[in-house]
Parts: sequence; structure tokens; C-alpha cells
Amino acid sequence: MIRLIALKEFRSLFAAPSTWLILGALQFIFAWFFLARLDAFLQVQAQLAQIANAPGATLAVATPLFGTLALILMMLVPVFTMRLFAEERRNQTLALLMVAPVSDTCIVLGKFLGLMLFLLLIVSGCTLMVLSLSVGTPLDMGLVLGNALGLLLLAAAYAALGLYISSLSAQPVVAAIAAIAALFGLWLVEISAEESGSLLHLLAPTSHFQSFNIGLLNSADLIYFMVLIVGCLLLTIRRVYNNRIYG
Amino acid sequence: MSDIAPPTLSARKLCRRSGQHEIVRDVSLELRHGEVLCLLGHNGAGKSTTLQMLAGALLPHSGQIEICGYDLARQAAQAKAHLGFLPEIPPLYRDMRVDDYLLFAAGLHRVPRAQLAHDLAETKRRCGLQDNGGKIIGTLSKGYQQRVGVAQAIIHQPEVIILDEPTVGLDPAQIRDIRALIRELGDAHSVILSTHLLSEVENICDRVEIMKEGRIIYSGSSDDVRQYGDGKMELEEVYMRITEGGADKEATQ
Repeated sequence: MIRLIALKEFRSLFAAPSTWLILGALQFIFAWFFLARLDAFLQVQAQLAQIANAPGATLAVATPLFGTLALILMMLVPVFTMRLFAEERRNQTLALLMVAPVSDTCIVLGKFLGLMLFLLLIVSGCTLMVLSLSVGTPLDMGLVLGNALGLLLLAAAYAALGLYISSLSAQPVVAAIAAIAALFGLWLVEISAEESGSLLHLLAPTSHFQSFNIGLLNSADLIYFMVLIVGCLLLTIRRVYNNRIYG
Repeated sequence: MSDIAPPTLSARKLCRRSGQHEIVRDVSLELRHGEVLCLLGHNGAGKSTTLQMLAGALLPHSGQIEICGYDLARQAAQAKAHLGFLPEIPPLYRDMRVDDYLLFAAGLHRVPRAQLAHDLAETKRRCGLQDNGGKIIGTLSKGYQQRVGVAQAIIHQPEVIILDEPTVGLDPAQIRDIRALIRELGDAHSVILSTHLLSEVENICDRVEIMKEGRIIYSGSSDDVRQYGDGKMELEEVYMRITEGGADKEATQ
């Protein structure tokens, strides 16, 4: 049942022309940024060759590209999460799911995984672009895969938070703005925190992505993302159940 | 329909509040196989809230609902498997094709994969949607969208079909078609529908429950309603007499 709802959400994303437009624009931005970083790397490659333990193509090109995608996701994910519940409530289509023999958990997980399939596509596009470097230079595969994993966890955290905010509203635009505000607020918390180990710093998902971005697989970061994702999904399930109580 | 037909839906003492205000109070009703039950009442009488509770979209604050012997609160999945619901505004994904939408609805109700093609074709035939399977729902007329709404409620062959004002906003030809479909569904399943159109009672209903201010104030067969006041009154007059009379009346069933 989760699979059915997830596939329906995934397909319905592609029914909107705006999705294709966003995907196209994203690939253009990635390609532009990728080529710019690659060009910069090629220009300093001769000097870098004379330094011991100089950064390779992965660190010079791939890492900044993944970092940029992490920032773009902050703006992008709420655009897609807003429709998951808020639009269904506005269009009064949620009744189809609410009266079907499907649990609230299945509804929430189906919608979450449907969006994650789509976000996986975006992260894969970026990762494939980076992997194309392997044609001309050896890549640090651990760093690339670590970044891809970090991006997926970050995207999942954003999606779970956006999904919860979407379940609170019947207005998609309000849900999108609220989700962007929440994610942007968390990012501001991170950049405004003075010490890197401060509590404020630890609250922000982007600060936990930094570890993956530099190739560090820290169990504390994994736990942070898991807690955030599971917590938001549980809150969403509770909110969907409350729909039956409060209407 | 007969009284010995098994009950497919029974609701006992349903209550629902919004703050201190009781929207539905002490509503009890029973529906039997092969029966079309009409829930009649003014706007705001509590019809839609009652139907949403019967469909499991809203939880009652007190009371019990059983569908085909399954408790809707404790055995929700089993109970809902025997239920089809068309809300007042059909829950249609306007960007989907009719076939995709109906297959999605069938999947939600766990229709076996091998049966999907047959059930889809049969449902479209019953609802007059044979030529519309490939069309985007948003491009259909309101009448056809209503048919798609009915189709999603019946594609899994539920025993109980709940329709909330199924003919509202339709033109006379569309109303006639939907009523014929409801009558046909009533013969093979059991149907409960809400309306404020008295002509609907005359044309398709076996039994009538009249609601006012969240309570059922009259319960009887559609023949009883016609015979009310020695059978000399128009249906509209009977309805106004019952709803404005205030006294609780229970017709002999």
C-alpha cells in the first residue's frame, strides 16, 4: 500500500510542467557550477601538482557542487512538500485516502517515499555528473558516496519537516513559505552560531551535512538525521489522525 | 429489499461535537442489503458529518459503527474494505487520467491484480465512462466528474455505498442518469445517500431518515412519507410539516 501511494505521488509530480522546468533548471545550474569549478581546478592544477597532499578533483570540484545542492534543496524541497497534504486538503481529495482501508502510517510513508524517489533522482543527477570526472582523473569514491549519502539524508530531513508543515495547513503556498522559513531559520541558526560545537550549531541540518561534505561519516550526524526524520514523520502521522478528530 | 436481509451498516448513538456545540447527537440508523436509505434535511442538519463518520473520515465522540459486522473503530481496515464513499465534493485528482485514477482507487481497496482490468471495465460500463478512460479528469464536465466520483466508490464492489449529495450541481439529464445508477446500485448493494431534494426520495429511496439540528426526527419508508397526513399532502408539505413540527416521529417500519 505504501508502494502504491508512493508511486502515485512520484507520477503525479511529473504530471506538472513546473516539475520538468525545475528539473531542467537544476541540471543547468549544476552543469554551469560544475564546469566553472572544473575550469578553476584545471587552471591551478599545475601549481597544485607541486604541493604535497594537494586537493584532488573530488575535493576541488565535487565537494563544492554537493554543498551547493544542499543549499538549493533548502529552497526546493518545500515547493514539492507543500502539495503533499496542504493541496490535498485544499482540493478535498484527502477523503479518498482517509476512507480507504489504509493506515495513517501508510499514507504518510507513501507520500514521503514518493517524494524521496523524486529527490533521489535529483541527487543521482548531481552524483552522475561528478562521476563523469572519473573518465579523466581518479576520484575519491568514499568522499563522493559520503556526500551523496549526506545529501540524501539532508533531503529526507527537509522532506519530513516539509511534510509535517504541509499537514498543518490547507493552503499550499502557506505551507511552502512556512517550510522555507523553518529551513532558512535553521540555516541562519547555524551560520550565526559563534562556536562550531554550540547547541545552536548542532540544531541545524546543514551543520550535520558538513561532516559528510568533508568525507567524515560521524554516527552522531546519522543519529541526528534519523531522529529528525522519524520525529517529523511521527508528528505528521499524529496530525493526519487528528484530521479525523478535528475535521 | 426486505427486513430479513442482513444489516450491512448499523450505527448506534453517534455523537459529534464542535467545541460545546453538538453537530450530531444520538443518531442511530441501520441499513440492509438491497436498500437505498435517504438522509434528508436542511443545510447544516448534520447529514454530511453523519456520513463522514459512517465512512470513517471523521471519528464520532461517542457511539459505535459496524459495517458488515466489523467495528469501524477497532477493525477499521476490514470495515472500510466493504465501504465506498463519495463525499459532497468528489475527491478527484484533476491531473490524472480516469483509468489511472480508478486503478489507484481500486489499489487502495486491495482489489486483486488479476481482477483489476475486469473491474475497471465493468465500473466504467456501469457509470457510462467507457469512452472517457484516457481523458484527464480535469477536462471532463461536472456530470462526468461526478460519475468518476461514483466509479471510485464502487470499483471494489463494496457492500455499503455512501453518497453525499450525489446529484448536487448537475443538470436534469445528468441527475436522471445518476439516479438511475444509484437505483441500480441499490439493488445489488446497499446505499445511503444524503440530499435535500425531495424528488430524490420519491425516485430512488426505500427508506427515509429526516435530520434536524443533528438529530433524526423522522424515520420511515418512502411510502410512509408519501402517506403522511392521509396521503393528501405534497411531499414538500410533508417535509416542512415534519421538520418544522419539532415533535419526534417514528413511522412504523
